[in-house]
Amino acid sequence: MSERPLLESSGHSANITEWEGTVQELRGLVSPRALTGETMLLNMGPQHPSTHGVLRLLLELDGETIVSCVPDIGYLHTGIEKTMESKTYEQAITLTDRMDYLNPMGNNLVYCLAIEKLAELDVPERAQIVRVLLAELTRINSHLVWLGTHCLDLGAMSVFLYAMREREMILDIFEMVSGQRMMSTYFRPGGLWRDVPPEFIPAVRAFIDYFPAKIEEYETLLVNNPLWIDRTQGIGVITPEEAIAYGCTGPTLRGSGVNWDIRKAMPYMGYETYQFDVPLGEHGDVYDRFYVRIQELKESVRIIRQAVDRLEKTGGPFRSQNRKYVPPPRSELGRSMEALIHHFKLWTEGFSLPEGEVYVSIESPRGELSCYLSSDGGTRPHRVHFRTPSFVHAMGAIPKMAKDSMIADLVAIIGSVDIVLGDCDR
Amino acid sequence: MGIAGKLGNLGVVTTTLEAAINWGRTKSMWPMLFGLACCAIEMMSTQASVYDLSRFGMELMRASPRQSDLMIVAGRVTRKMAPVLRQLYDQMPDPKYVIAMGDCASCGGVFNNYAIVQGVDEIVPVDVYVAGCPPRPEQLIHGIMTLHEKVKTQRIADWA
Repeated sequence: MSERPLLESSGHSANITEWEGTVQELRGLVSPRALTGETMLLNMGPQHPSTHGVLRLLLELDGETIVSCVPDIGYLHTGIEKTMESKTYEQAITLTDRMDYLNPMGNNLVYCLAIEKLAELDVPERAQIVRVLLAELTRINSHLVWLGTHCLDLGAMSVFLYAMREREMILDIFEMVSGQRMMSTYFRPGGLWRDVPPEFIPAVRAFIDYFPAKIEEYETLLVNNPLWIDRTQGIGVITPEEAIAYGCTGPTLRGSGVNWDIRKAMPYMGYETYQFDVPLGEHGDVYDRFYVRIQELKESVRIIRQAVDRLEKTGGPFRSQNRKYVPPPRSELGRSMEALIHHFKLWTEGFSLPEGEVYVSIESPRGELSCYLSSDGGTRPHRVHFRTPSFVHAMGAIPKMAKDSMIADLVAIIGSVDIVLGDCDR
Repeated sequence: MGIAGKLGNLGVVTTTLEAAINWGRTKSMWPMLFGLACCAIEMMSTQASVYDLSRFGMELMRASPRQSDLMIVAGRVTRKMAPVLRQLYDQMPDPKYVIAMGDCASCGGVFNNYAIVQGVDEIVPVDVYVAGCPPRPEQLIHGIMTLHEKVKTQRIADWA
């Protein structure tokens, strides 16, 4: 029988001081009761199926009631804003796609709007119509992913399969115009990358003829479903005053009954010429936010229907003729020296913007998406900052709604706010 | 040909234990429900109605690493996420496989900066790389089939 060696460090006791830093960090974030062990601290995420990405929440629980909820973000911090400073204005558009990956066209749009505002660049009418059309298709696309995952979180698997089925039709349209299903990079300063193909209008028409019946299908499945109502009504209530105070925007704000939609309040891309309503909730709970989004699907279809009618009648260029910012068509290169020079300048060093700073906002599917762009007169942005709705909602609204609710309702609350962590962390 | 030729007429199939085990592993490979960024949305599309990953016995995404065989790293891995990802990998039972889905997970993609791990193979061993930003669902399915081919060549003698 072999000799069993004694452990070298005898008399080792648990070193309580090594936890001191952690305890200090928690003080102020959670209630004093958590430090005495009266309430329980529970970690949720960053790998959790219902946090829609890599959101991490520190929950303080009293039984099953949430006493406080502390979000921990940054698990998807990509450094996009910093990376954009080292790209030319045109190159940086590709990075905006990857910010809020459910709203790629919207991100392109807000960034291009900022450039266009600073450069005082015109956008032809045809490009404006296509932009509105695709932005609304993106809204439907985003809301469908939200609907599918929100229902999946609450145990309704079939809605996910239906929603993803319809989404494929939209992705096919995106692929048709840009060659990419998700990261389209289709909007460029001054217009579009290229004109829409001839099969675009029939495809959009097929979609808007097909889709309204599907919205009714979702409504049949959910709106009067007692299980759905039990899980969502009266859960995660936020009053209009609180919603404004916490910086909520988009359907999260409108679910509380506040009529605030950037498309109406500060129209861009000619939204003031389209007929559409802004659906509002009355109770500010998970159900109302769900209902507002379902109604928004219908409104988006309405806008698309008007836009596609206009597009059929509107010809003309699909991008600005301002050669200082927009590359000339290939046909001009062979016969115009000036066009060749512009082409060379634009594809080597890129265009430079006048010195100054701008701030523009659009209505993304999640809320108010804004871009702050500062230029020092060079060919690269001096600073780009995005005010993203997911960040504001994750840091303010979710802890507010989660407080004093049951832990099982937390997934409903997170789903109803519809955060995208790429949008939040950037 | 020996016993196989004689028994074949009786409806009996002979195989090696190795082939049977590897066949079983490919037909019920459960991926972990673990999405990071954009690619996770395409991973969801892969499982949803149109592309239907359940044709490969893989529709069941497990939320727990303890129950999963395959980790699909879908999206960019940040420096903050890297330790979490490694811990999840360590929690998976053997045999375990990793697919790096998309350019970011494979090599950093368009994000060559301070925040992003330049390829998830810096922290976990990767079996299959799927290119694309994000890859189409067909590309992901092709990556999974490639992994299946790899699993079929595993040898019992190599088990650690």
